[in-house]
Amino acid sequence: MAKIADMYSKILNDAVRYLLMFLLAFLLFGLILLIFGKDPIQSYKDLFISTLGSTYGFSEVIVAMIPMLITALAVALPWRVGLINIGGEGQLCIGAAFATWGALTFQNLPAWILLPIMIILGMLGGALWAFIPGYLKAIGLVNETIITLLLNSVAPLVVGFLIFGFWHSPMDTVKTANFVPAALLPTFFGTRIHLGLIFGLVLLALFWFVMKYTRWGLEMRAIGGNPQAARRSGISLKGYLIVVMCIGGAAAGLAGMAQVSGFYGVLLLNFSMGLGYMGFLISWLAGGQPLGIFLMSFVVAIIITGGNLLQLTRGLPYAVINILLAITLFVVLARPVFFERKKA
Amino acid sequence: MSLLSILGVLSSAIFSGTSLLYATLGEVIGQRSGIVNLGLEGVMLVSASCGFAVTSMSGNPYLGVLAAMLAGGLLNMILGYLVISRQANQLASGLALMFFGFGLSALIGKSYVGAKIDGLPRILLPGLSGLPRLYASLFKFDLLIYLAVPMAFLVFWILFRTRWGLGLRAVGENADTAFASGRNPRLIRYQALFAAGVLAGLGAAHLSIAYTMTWAEYMTAGRGFIAIALVIFSRWHPLQAIAGALIFSGAVAFQLLLQSSGVEISPLLLDTIPYIVTMLVLIAWGGHRKHSAPASLGRVYYGSE
Repeated sequence: MAKIADMYSKILNDAVRYLLMFLLAFLLFGLILLIFGKDPIQSYKDLFISTLGSTYGFSEVIVAMIPMLITALAVALPWRVGLINIGGEGQLCIGAAFATWGALTFQNLPAWILLPIMIILGMLGGALWAFIPGYLKAIGLVNETIITLLLNSVAPLVVGFLIFGFWHSPMDTVKTANFVPAALLPTFFGTRIHLGLIFGLVLLALFWFVMKYTRWGLEMRAIGGNPQAARRSGISLKGYLIVVMCIGGAAAGLAGMAQVSGFYGVLLLNFSMGLGYMGFLISWLAGGQPLGIFLMSFVVAIIITGGNLLQLTRGLPYAVINILLAITLFVVLARPVFFERKKA
Repeated sequence: MSLLSILGVLSSAIFSGTSLLYATLGEVIGQRSGIVNLGLEGVMLVSASCGFAVTSMSGNPYLGVLAAMLAGGLLNMILGYLVISRQANQLASGLALMFFGFGLSALIGKSYVGAKIDGLPRILLPGLSGLPRLYASLFKFDLLIYLAVPMAFLVFWILFRTRWGLGLRAVGENADTAFASGRNPRLIRYQALFAAGVLAGLGAAHLSIAYTMTWAEYMTAGRGFIAIALVIFSRWHPLQAIAGALIFSGAVAFQLLLQSSGVEISPLLLDTIPYIVTMLVLIAWGGHRKHSAPASLGRVYYGSE
C-alpha cells in the first residue's frame, strides 16, 4: 500500500513540477512579447482558446501531434542502442518523396492497395536514408550524429529537385499535383485527424512491448549499456546498429508519408518545418519513454497549433512560435528546483 | 569561358566562404573546451539579424558588426547556462537554441525585410590599382575578409601558445584533471563559449552586412551545420579550418562555374555539393579522426564535490 501511495505522490510531484516549468516558460515568452510591443495576455488567451477551447481546435492539436509521435520514435529507438539519430528531418523528407512517387505512379489503383504501397515506400525511403549513417557507424568509419545532420541538409534539396524537375503540377512549380483520393489516408470524425494517429499509437505501444518483453529488447538494452560486453556475449553489434538505425529511419519515413498523404494531400517544398528536429527534442525530453513521448508531443503540438493562430491574429511572424517552443525546452532542460526536496 | 567570369566566380566564392571560416573557428574553440553547439545555425541567424538591424538604424556597419558579435556571445551564454551550470544534454540544448534563434531572428528582422543598408566598405587588394575597373571590382574585399585568415592564426596562437588556450584544451580533454591542476572548468567553458559566439557573430555579420546586404528569414541556409561538419573535417585545428572553408568555397565556385558555363544541372542538386564533399572527406579520413577529438567532448562536468 505504501508503495502505491509513494507512486501517486511521485506522479503528483512530477505533474506539479512540469506545470510550474511550463508556467515559467510562458512567463518568459510573455516578457519577450511585451518587449516587442505585443499584449502577452491576449496572445495567450488566443493560443489556448484556439487549441483547447473547441473541439475543432483540439482536433487540430491531435493532427499536429501525429508526425511528432512518430519522429520522436525514430530517435528513441536508435537511442536504445546508443545511436544518436538527429536525421529524422532528412529521413522524413525522403520517406515523403518515396511515398509521393508511389502516389503519382500508381494512381489508378484502389486505395486498399495504393495506401499500403505508399506506406511501404515511405518506410523504405526513410530506411535507405538512415542506412547511410547506420552503415558508416557500424563499420566504425564516421560518427552517425554528424552524418545524419549533414544528410538533413541534403534531403530537402533532393526533394526540391524532384518537385521542380519532374513532379510539379502544371499550375504550380513548388508542389506536386493534388493526390488522387485513393492516395489519401482516411480521416475520422469529420476532422483532419487521419489514420497516421493509429500508426503512431500502435508503434509506440509496439516499441514499449518489444523493449520490455522480447529478446530483441533485451539485446538492444545490453548494447546500449555496454556495446563491447554485448558483442563479447555473442550479440551481433554491427547487425543491430544497422538494422535499428534503419527501423528508426523507416519510422521517420512513415511520418513523412503520413504528412503528405494524411495532412497535405500533396508534396510541398519544405513541408517539414523542423518536424524531425522536434522529434529529437521530444524524444530526449521524454527520456525515450513511450508515455513521455505521448505527453510531450501533446504539449509541443499545443504550442505549434496555437502559434499558427497567433501569426494570423497578432501579426507575428510564424517563426516566433519557435521562441515559445525553445523557451519551454530551455526550462525543461534546466530542470529548475522549485522546492527543496525533503531528505527521507 | 572568359577570365573575367572565372575571377568573378572566385571572388564570390571567397565572399560566401568567409562567414563559414569565422563560424568554424568559433565552433573549434567551443568544442576544444568540450562543448558541441548544435545551435550554431540559430546563433548565426540572431547575430545576422541584430547586425543588420543595428546597421540599418545607425547607418554604421561597424556598429552592426559589434552588435552581431555581442549577440552571438550572449546567445551562447544561454547554452552555457544549460550545459555548464544546469548540466543539461548538449545536443538537445543546442537544438533548442537553434529553434530559439529561428524565432528570435524572425522577430528582430521582421521590420527589416527588404530594407537596404550601406554594407562594409570594400577596399581594393593592395598593389592592384593598375587593373582595369571591371577587374578591379572583383578584387575589392571588405575588412572581415582580409581578417579571416589572420583570425585563424590568432585562434591557433591563442589555443596552442597561451596559458589560457592550454587550460581550455585541458578542460576539453579531461575536466577533472584540469580542475585538479588548479583550473576552473566551468569558467573556462563559459569563456570559450562566449568567444565562440563572438566569432559566429562575426561570420554572421559578414553574411548580412557585407555579403548579401539584406535580411531574409533563414538567410544562413545551413551554414551553421556546415561549420559543425567542418570542425570535424579540420580535426579541431584552427589552421586546418582554413582548408575546410576553402573546400566549401571551392564547391560554391564549382557550382557557379557549371551554371555560368551553361551546364544543365539543377541548382538544387549543385547546392548539395558542399555537404556531399564534406561527407566524403569525413569518410576518407574516418580512421584518423578519433585521435584528435577532445576526449570529453559532449560530456557533462559534474564538479568534484
